[in-house]
Amino acid sequence: MNIVVLVKQVPDSGADRSLRPDDNTVDRGSAGNVINEMDEYAIEEALKVREAHGGEVTVLTMGPDRASESIRKALSMGPDRAVHVLDDALHGSCAVATSKVLAAALGRLGADLVICGAESTDGRVQVLPHMIAERLGVAALTGARRLAVDGATLTVERQTEEGYEVVTASTPAVVSVWDTINEPRYPSFKGIMAAKKKPVQTLSLADLGIAGSEVGFDGATSTVLEHTRRPPRSGGTKVTDEGSGGVRLVEFLATEKFV
Amino acid sequence: MTSEPSFDAYLLPEEHEAVREAVREVCDAKVAPNAAEADETGEFPKASYEALKAADFHAPHIPEEYGGAGADALATAIVIEEVARACAASSLIPAVNKLGTMPLLLAASDELKRRYLPPVARGEAMFSYCLSEPEAGSDAASMLTRAVPDGDHYVLNGVKRWITNAGVSEYYTVFAVTDPAARSRGISAFVVEKSDPGISFGAPEKKLGIKGSPTREVYLDNVRIPADRMIGDPGTGFGTAMKTLDHTRVTIAAQALGIAQGALDYARGYVRQRRQFGKAVAEFQGVQFMLADMGMKLEAARQLTYAAAGKSERGDADLTYFGAAAKCFASDAAMEITTDAVQLLGGYGYTRDYPVERMMRDAKITQIYEGTNQVQRIVMARQLLKD
Repeated sequence: MNIVVLVKQVPDSGADRSLRPDDNTVDRGSAGNVINEMDEYAIEEALKVREAHGGEVTVLTMGPDRASESIRKALSMGPDRAVHVLDDALHGSCAVATSKVLAAALGRLGADLVICGAESTDGRVQVLPHMIAERLGVAALTGARRLAVDGATLTVERQTEEGYEVVTASTPAVVSVWDTINEPRYPSFKGIMAAKKKPVQTLSLADLGIAGSEVGFDGATSTVLEHTRRPPRSGGTKVTDEGSGGVRLVEFLATEKFV
Repeated sequence: MTSEPSFDAYLLPEEHEAVREAVREVCDAKVAPNAAEADETGEFPKASYEALKAADFHAPHIPEEYGGAGADALATAIVIEEVARACAASSLIPAVNKLGTMPLLLAASDELKRRYLPPVARGEAMFSYCLSEPEAGSDAASMLTRAVPDGDHYVLNGVKRWITNAGVSEYYTVFAVTDPAARSRGISAFVVEKSDPGISFGAPEKKLGIKGSPTREVYLDNVRIPADRMIGDPGTGFGTAMKTLDHTRVTIAAQALGIAQGALDYARGYVRQRRQFGKAVAEFQGVQFMLADMGMKLEAARQLTYAAAGKSERGDADLTYFGAAAKCFASDAAMEITTDAVQLLGGYGYTRDYPVERMMRDAKITQIYEGTNQVQRIVMARQLLKD
């Protein structure tokens, strides 16, 4: 099975993150950049499918030059090769344009199964898996907490607020996963050394037959006009216990719908 | 002078940084959480061993041709350093696997290496090093353990003391006298297996630190082993033992670095949170001076250790000097840094509710084993005065 995992490099969500003052895009210089957390689960799931059913795992990334660090890290977990869509004109691309680029790259790769994280920790819009599936004309099985592969049939437990739904589709398809689906492996020493020798192909927009005007700020369907930092956390509510502390505490919890 | 990003002298290779990141990730998640319990109970931390095995960090130095990860001496030092940062006792897994197998890598026949190294690489066996005896510590050449030829076998008798991971390890490098008249040139090295009849282990030593790593005596009572288990030629054992220590003192230095780094990291976090006199104690200059000294000593120790690791990998002629210097300097630094970390945490640092007192107790052994720091100074002085 030919599996492609979508991997995005994001600013470390554990560090202080900000947007650039000049163009309102994510400031990738201010914090350490890491693989989007949910994508590690996608990589793990792809490796598990490969282990059970054979085939190849390709990592596909769209991002600036420094995203190559995350590609190496992803490859050290075990995928076979990587494709990096790299083009200065991509800076400022919206989700719609991003899906166009990734779908074009996926078209070239001819994937049976595309696996990605259900959301990224920077954008958090969760729309990309649907958009890509739509562009490729294949099924979107999103928000999976479990994936079973039986020949060309995919069965997914789709996580919901209340429980889960069982959804099936046949390949090719796009599956997005939550962090409930598995426990990602750590890169091993051998994996790190092997990653150095794995092929990484770089594709430009021209390679994909996409004009610069279709992506980036020029092709964006939405524009961020301005941004402000979240106000600092306010003091909270202090309950001084003068005999009625317990009651007031329960009242507070009830107001906040905790009880 | 303009800045030159491509200037890579004194810069670690990218893959070494990747290894550090990977070990830290595993250890933060899977090793550090077991450290306090291993110290408290004195139990070997099996879960930590499993986590290290899953990522090839349990014996990274075994060459690829024997099924290992093929880590160079610097990468191995970084692995040990990062494991020690989380749990000093667990760092003895990769460290002692290197110590036990180094005599084979340096001196054994290819046949012996093919037999004993792959199981270590696969994580099915650990390898301990048996040099010291009750009456032969710093003066290792005065050992009493004998190996007497018997047809195509040798029969070993004696007591080995302070054997790290004894009872847990499957294999043992044992040094024994084959020619008493020849003193240090009459000592030979052998591979002994835990399953060999006649081998048994003493009660676990009650130690100050590294409690999760068992230390026991190894008793050899008429242990009869095939002669082809000798490592190298008869009479070369003591030389092999000393050459091994040249390499593995670098790993003890790395262990000391990791323990010290763990203590410094914890203390740095603590002093920024702990408030007295209306401000974080980190804002007091007296505290800042202590932190600065800790960081400075640690980084000096790290640079010396990494330089020594490079020499270990290349087999440079001055490795003996550098191995001793790195081990001695880094372990002395670790003792000071961990003691200061306890001081920075005040009364809390003195309790087992905080990890720094464990780190201080763990640091102490690095000044003692694989040659006391007094022996290291003898080694260095001899090198300085030899020509």
